[in-house]
Amino acid sequence: MLTALFFYLFASLTVISGFMVVFVKNPVHAVLFLILAFFNVAGLFLLLGAEFLALTLLIVYVGAVAVLFLFVVMMLDVDFAELKSGFLNYLPAGLFVGGILLAEIIMVSGAWILNPALSTLEKVKEIDPTVTNTENFGKVLYTDHLYYFEAAGIVLLIAMVGAIVLTLRQRDGVRRQDIATQVGRQPKDAMEIKKVETGQGI
Amino acid sequence: MQEGLTIGLSHYLSVAAILFTLGVLGIFLNRKNVIIILMSIELMLLAVNINLVAFSSFLNNLQGQVFALMVLTVAAGEAAIGLAIVVTYFRNRGSIAVEDINMMKG
Repeated sequence: MLTALFFYLFASLTVISGFMVVFVKNPVHAVLFLILAFFNVAGLFLLLGAEFLALTLLIVYVGAVAVLFLFVVMMLDVDFAELKSGFLNYLPAGLFVGGILLAEIIMVSGAWILNPALSTLEKVKEIDPTVTNTENFGKVLYTDHLYYFEAAGIVLLIAMVGAIVLTLRQRDGVRRQDIATQVGRQPKDAMEIKKVETGQGI
Repeated sequence: MQEGLTIGLSHYLSVAAILFTLGVLGIFLNRKNVIIILMSIELMLLAVNINLVAFSSFLNNLQGQVFALMVLTVAAGEAAIGLAIVVTYFRNRGSIAVEDINMMKG
């Protein structure tokens, strides 16, 4: 009963905020609605018993991806109203394709039945209800799917290097600190000692 | 009424289907704004993640959650690279309108 209540709460809020991401005018608001959608999907994950993924979703998406979006939207000085023009031109085609896609997916997932032979199939690892989801997940991730885990790390490394390479630039005419020159400076280059006569200037 | 109160797999699949369609719709409607297109892609990946986790939970098998983690990783990388490209493009051209991006045409 309570599960159903929370499911409908999270599901409706997810759909509403997804809708707002697409239809809202101000992109900053779109990012904020995206964050709301992430939070509600994390709630759905919690209902499904995937606690680790729910919290990872919050950390990765809200903590990193959404903040990145927010930075870029606020940093770029773009006339977003001009970009929004033509919205109504695309609306019929978009609704047409979207409606067909939604109907097809709903039909497929509505007519879907689990093959009874699947339950006799050997599973990679059953979920052990006596320990937490994180422990179960770790046991599978670090044993059977170790290579996937390593591959994920490499994907993130490449993404990091790629983002740095794309955005790094050397600007001319900027006075930058050159540590080698600073350290290599000798006292005799920098100062000289003068004898000053009493009562005279230099 | 009673069957509405027990939440089954199809409920989660429906939510994911609606979210995925909203993502596709977002790409169609915001053809000019590449940032909204990236956000729509994130919505679609989120819908896929809901599917994977729902199947994993209802089939009592953790493989789906491992795949969901992979999707999460790729989504994070994709967002970082995509936004880096947007920033570089904006620096060069002063706009992010998608239809201006045709310099790479052969």
